[in-house]
Amino acid sequence: MTLLDVRGLTVRTGDGRTLVDDLSFSVASGERLGLIGESGSGKSLTTLAVLGLLPDGMSATGSVELAGTQIVGAREKQLTAVRGRDAAVVFQEPLTALDPLMRVGRQVAEPLGRRTGLKGAALREAVGEALAQVRLPEPERIARAYPHEISGGQRQRVALALALACAPRLLIADEPTTALDVSVQAEMLDLIDALVREREMAVLFVSHDLAVVARVTDRALVLKDGRAVEEGTVHDLVRAPRAPYTRDLVASARTLESALDLRSPR
Amino acid sequence: MTPVLELKDVALRHRGSAANTVEDVSLAVEAGHSLALVGESGAGKTTLLRLLLGLSRPTAGAVRFDGAELSPGDRAQMRRFRRSVQCVFQDPYSSLDPRRRVAAVVAEPLRSLGIDTRAGAAPKVAAALERVGLPADAADRYPHEFSGGQRQRIAIARATVCGPRVLLADEPVSALDVTTRVKVVDLLAELQREQGLTLVMVSHDLSVVASLCERTAVLERGRIVEQGDTAQVLGEPAHPYTRRLIESVPRLPV
Repeated sequence: MTLLDVRGLTVRTGDGRTLVDDLSFSVASGERLGLIGESGSGKSLTTLAVLGLLPDGMSATGSVELAGTQIVGAREKQLTAVRGRDAAVVFQEPLTALDPLMRVGRQVAEPLGRRTGLKGAALREAVGEALAQVRLPEPERIARAYPHEISGGQRQRVALALALACAPRLLIADEPTTALDVSVQAEMLDLIDALVREREMAVLFVSHDLAVVARVTDRALVLKDGRAVEEGTVHDLVRAPRAPYTRDLVASARTLESALDLRSPR
Repeated sequence: MTPVLELKDVALRHRGSAANTVEDVSLAVEAGHSLALVGESGAGKTTLLRLLLGLSRPTAGAVRFDGAELSPGDRAQMRRFRRSVQCVFQDPYSSLDPRRRVAAVVAEPLRSLGIDTRAGAAPKVAAALERVGLPADAADRYPHEFSGGQRQRIAIARATVCGPRVLLADEPVSALDVTTRVKVVDLLAELQREQGLTLVMVSHDLSVVASLCERTAVLERGRIVEQGDTAQVLGEPAHPYTRRLIESVPRLPV
């Protein structure tokens, strides 16, 4: 069953520049799709358009159907019903995604309470469980902390707990590990992989890093200047890229990787 | 041979802090060679870079430049030091003054070090821009007109315009896209080779380190846990922390 169906999505600025150009793709329930592209390729705008979160002055045309709801042109009230429940998002920078003035526990409690109707001690307990699920150590302590009091990796886990609190059918992850250290990144990718598998959630995973996308998704769409240049399994894209741009991308990644290989006789 | 830059048993404790941020760090880089400082956030990489730049003073131990202890009070030494040691920062969006044209940005070290007047600087600026592969008309434009990779080239032009011997680079390519990253790595390698530039680079990106640096020091919580030839350190890591770092690097499927 198709969960997200994007047809001819076009995003324009107020002065008529086209930033996403006639983009079409779909994600089935439980399926994982990667969006690969460099800065300015329109990948983040695409994720925002899927949630009806485009910044003021930008307009979308075409069709974005998320779990049967047409997002393009929808009113705010309809969007509120869709966000969180059908699709939730984890952004790149957890420091700006979390409210700096609110304790972590309260931030998680908000969507969780709304979905489950829990209150008081029961809600507090559910928050503890939500934080434990994203493998945060000492969930009670983390719940009482402000975002600046915990590490970057821990903050991103909190952001993930927030997204999962509504039990969305589609998890959108926009460069969720770019701001993290390499070993923290590896843990985070494993965590996303495991949680999504357990819940049979669909994933739209956005990144500029092919190797990172390959860890989480099997299929990917390559974007350049707002257009899709190639779609296929990550395996095929890496092994036999057809579009010149994909070839370029793979070659660059290989060049950097080979530096590591020459020196490590593994 | 005397190292150009050397840290000897250095420790630094920030005011009001209970523990040392970095402790017992000794490392040296010789002229024309390259050294990478590797570690995760909070490991003390940037603190070491600040010490090497003379921007912080160690609580214990010494920072030496050409064998002499660096003393920020000695203005003649500091002027020689600033002429010899320049820096490139991580984020090319915040390290260039948005209100000044590229020509003025790149000429800044020449002006502030009293090497050249504005008019005298022009040919050097043009040469520096050419060296980093930017068109000559770049000088008359503003930073916002350039992409991230081009801005990092501008930052490298600024750092190399006064003919320094040492370039300190703090995560010089981690804000860049992968295709751009490869090109800037190539540029830094070329500057090393052709200008005989000494490179000290802070990075958490091991493939970039492996591409550019002969020696690598691995930092964990303010201490060096392993240092040596990059091939040795990254190829046959002796310390479990180094092994963990290497294993965490995401790889393309074969």
